[in-house]
Amino acid sequence: MIDFLRLYDTANHFLLKYLGLSVFKSLVLVGITLLHVAYTTYAERKIIGHMQQRLGPNRVGPRGLLQPIADVLKLITKEDIIPSCVDSPVVFKLAPFISLVAGATSLAVIPIWEHFVVTNVNMALLVVLAMSSLSSFGVILAGWASNSRYSFLGGLRASAQVISYEIAMALALVGVMMLAGSMNLIEIVKAQIESPFKIYAIPQIIGFFVFMVAAIAETNRTPFDLPEAESELVAGYFVEYSGIRFALFYLAEYFGMIVMCMLAVVCFLGGWYGPFEIPGVPMFWFLLKLYFLIFFYIWVRATLPRYRYDQLMGLGWKVLIPLALLNIVITGLIKVLA
Amino acid sequence: MAQALEIIQKQKDSEQWDEPYLVNMGPQHPATHGVLRLFLELDGETIVRCDPRIGYLHRGVEKLSEHRTYSQAMVLTDRLDYIASAANNVGYCLAVEKLMGLEVPRRAQIIRVIVCEMARIASHLLWLATHALDIGAMTVFLYCFRDREWLLDIFEEICGARLTVSYPRIGGVRLDFNQKIIDELYRFTEEFPHRIPEYETLIDVNRIWLKRTKGVGVISGEEAVNLGLTGPSLRGSGVGYDLRRARPYLIYDELDFEVAVEFEGDVYSRYRVRMKEMREANKIIRQCLDKLAECEGEPVIAEDAPDLVIPYGKIKRPEPAPHPKRGYLVKGVEVPIVPEGEVYFAIEAPKGELGYYIVSDGTGHPWRVRIRAPSFVHISALPALSEGQMVADIIAVIGSVDIVLGECDR
Repeated sequence: MIDFLRLYDTANHFLLKYLGLSVFKSLVLVGITLLHVAYTTYAERKIIGHMQQRLGPNRVGPRGLLQPIADVLKLITKEDIIPSCVDSPVVFKLAPFISLVAGATSLAVIPIWEHFVVTNVNMALLVVLAMSSLSSFGVILAGWASNSRYSFLGGLRASAQVISYEIAMALALVGVMMLAGSMNLIEIVKAQIESPFKIYAIPQIIGFFVFMVAAIAETNRTPFDLPEAESELVAGYFVEYSGIRFALFYLAEYFGMIVMCMLAVVCFLGGWYGPFEIPGVPMFWFLLKLYFLIFFYIWVRATLPRYRYDQLMGLGWKVLIPLALLNIVITGLIKVLA
Repeated sequence: MAQALEIIQKQKDSEQWDEPYLVNMGPQHPATHGVLRLFLELDGETIVRCDPRIGYLHRGVEKLSEHRTYSQAMVLTDRLDYIASAANNVGYCLAVEKLMGLEVPRRAQIIRVIVCEMARIASHLLWLATHALDIGAMTVFLYCFRDREWLLDIFEEICGARLTVSYPRIGGVRLDFNQKIIDELYRFTEEFPHRIPEYETLIDVNRIWLKRTKGVGVISGEEAVNLGLTGPSLRGSGVGYDLRRARPYLIYDELDFEVAVEFEGDVYSRYRVRMKEMREANKIIRQCLDKLAECEGEPVIAEDAPDLVIPYGKIKRPEPAPHPKRGYLVKGVEVPIVPEGEVYFAIEAPKGELGYYIVSDGTGHPWRVRIRAPSFVHISALPALSEGQMVADIIAVIGSVDIVLGECDR
C-alpha cells in the first residue's frame, strides 16, 4: 500500500517536473508560433503590397491588424467539402494533418534560447530533416487522394521536388555538422560562437546559400512553388480542399517556412547570440534574425517568377547538389588544415 | 459527375493506365485569359496534343450588327477586344467610311491615331502584366496596372468611358480634345519611357524569366505566315509586316516610327517586340500631339457624317450644335445612308490584323459584318506552338500570342 502511494508520488513529481514543463513549453511554443504564422501572412501581404505600390490589408482593425484573425474565423466557419469523386476519403481528410503535424513537430527540437527548448535531442538536426520530409507526404497524399488531374500533377511535382531538394539541404547541413562536431542544435550554436567568425554563415557561405535555396523549395514557395503553381495547376495539390483543411495546408506551409528559417538561424547565424545582450529579452537576437529571414522569403516571392518543372530538377541535381558536395570537401580541407 | 465516375471505374477495370493523361484546362482557369478551354493530352509533363475549344464568350456581335444602324453597331465593336476598344472602333469606322467614301477631317485623323496608340500601350501593358503573372512574377503585374490606370484616366477625360470607349464616330470623333487632355498626354509621354525600364529591370535581367521564355514556343517566320499570325506574334518571328507601314491608313505615313521585329520566334522575342512597340507607340503619340497643335480649332467630324444627314422630315430634331456635332439616332428608323457595296478594311490593332468585312445593301443596316479577329487566328495556332512543350510552357505560349476571348468568340 505504502509502495503504491510512493509510486504515485514519484509519478506525480515526475509529471510535474518534466512532463509538465514540457507540455507548458510546447504550449507556449505552439502559441507563439501560431501567432507568428498568423502575422507572417499579414506581414507578407503588407510587405508585398508596399513593394507593389498598393496598400495591402487595411480594413479589419487598425491598419488591418485583425485581418489574419478574420481570415482564420472565415476559414473555420466555411463548409468542409469532401468531393464525392475523392479516391480515399480517409487519406483525403488525413493529409492536411500529416502536413501540419510534421511541420510543427520540428519546433520541439529547435532551441530558441539556451534554456528554451522543449526537448534537447542529440540528433536534433536529423529530426528536423526527417520531419520536413514527412510533411511533404501530406502534400503527396493530398494530391493522390483528391483524384483530380491538377492535384495529381501537383502531388507528383511535390514528390519529385522534395526528393531532389531534401538531398541538397541535408548535404548543405553536413558542413555545419563537420565544423560543430555535433548534431545537437544547442551544441552547434555554442560551437559557432567559439569559432573565429562567430557565425557559420561566413565559412559556410556556399552551404548557407544552398540551404536557403533548398529551404525555399522544401516549403514550396516562389520561385519553387510548382506543386501549387497557380497559373498552371490552379492550386495544385490542394485544389479540392476547402474550409479548415485548406487552412491547415496553408498553416503547414507557413510552419514549414518558420521552421526552416529557425534552422537557418540556429545553424548558420549564431542562434540567440548577438553583438551585445539585451537584458530581459534573451530571444531578441534570435527573433530579429528570424524576422530578417522571413522578410527575405517574402522579398523573393515578390521578385521572382516561377521555375519550370524540368529546370527546377536541373537546378537541384546539377547545381545545388554538386555545390553542396564541393562545400563538404572544402569544409573537410579547412578542418584538416586548421 | 456520374459519367466521370463511370469512366474512372472503366479505366480501373481495364487497367489501361498507359492511356494518355487528359487534362481539361479551362474554361475557368486562372491562366487562360478568359474562357478559353484546352484539352491537353499529356505524357508526364509533356504536351502530346493540345486542342483548343472556343465559343464560351460568343455573343453574336456580327449577327447583332445586322440589326443595328451603322453607328449603333460601332458600340458592339467595343466588346471585341475590350482591352483596346478604341482601336476596334477606329477600324470599324474606317471600314464604313471607305464604303461611304467619306473624307475625315485631319484633326479627327490625328486624334484617332492618338487613341489607337493609347489603346496599343494599354493593351500591351495588360498583356505584360498578365503574362508576367502567369510566369509567376507578381510585381510586374501591379506596376503595369499602375500605368495602365493612368491611360484609362485619360480615356475617361477624353470621352467619359474608361474601357469601352465608343469614342470615334463614323466621319470623325465625338468630341475634340481639350487642353487638359493634351497636357496630361504630354506628361504621360514624357514619363512613360522611364517606366518601361522599370518593368525590364524586374524581368529582363532575371535568369528565371529568360529560362522560361527563351526557346519556348518557337515558330519560324514561314510557319507563322502560313498559320495566319499577324501583329507582334508575327513580327517576333522576323517578318516585319505591319499594316501601319504596309498599307498606311489615317496619318501613319507621315509619322516617324520603327516597326519592331525580332528574329528568334520564341516567347521572349514576342515579349521584346511588344516592349519595343510600347516605346514606338509613345513616340507616335508625341508626334501626333505636336501635329494636333498645328490644326487647332479645326472640326473633328465631317460635315456629311451619317449621323447628321438623317433626312429632316423623318425625325424631329433640334438644330445641331456647331461643334462637337452629335448624331441623333432613333430606334427603328431606317435611314439609307450607306451605298450598296462591300468593303474590307484592316488596321493594325494591338493584337494583330483586325479586319472588318462589311456588305451593304443600301439600307441603314449592314447586310453582313464579318470580323477578322487576330485572337481567333492565334488560338488556332496554339497546337502548333505548344505541342512537345511542357505544361508550364503552354501558359507562357498562351500569354505570348496575346489572346482576348471577346475578340475570338465575338
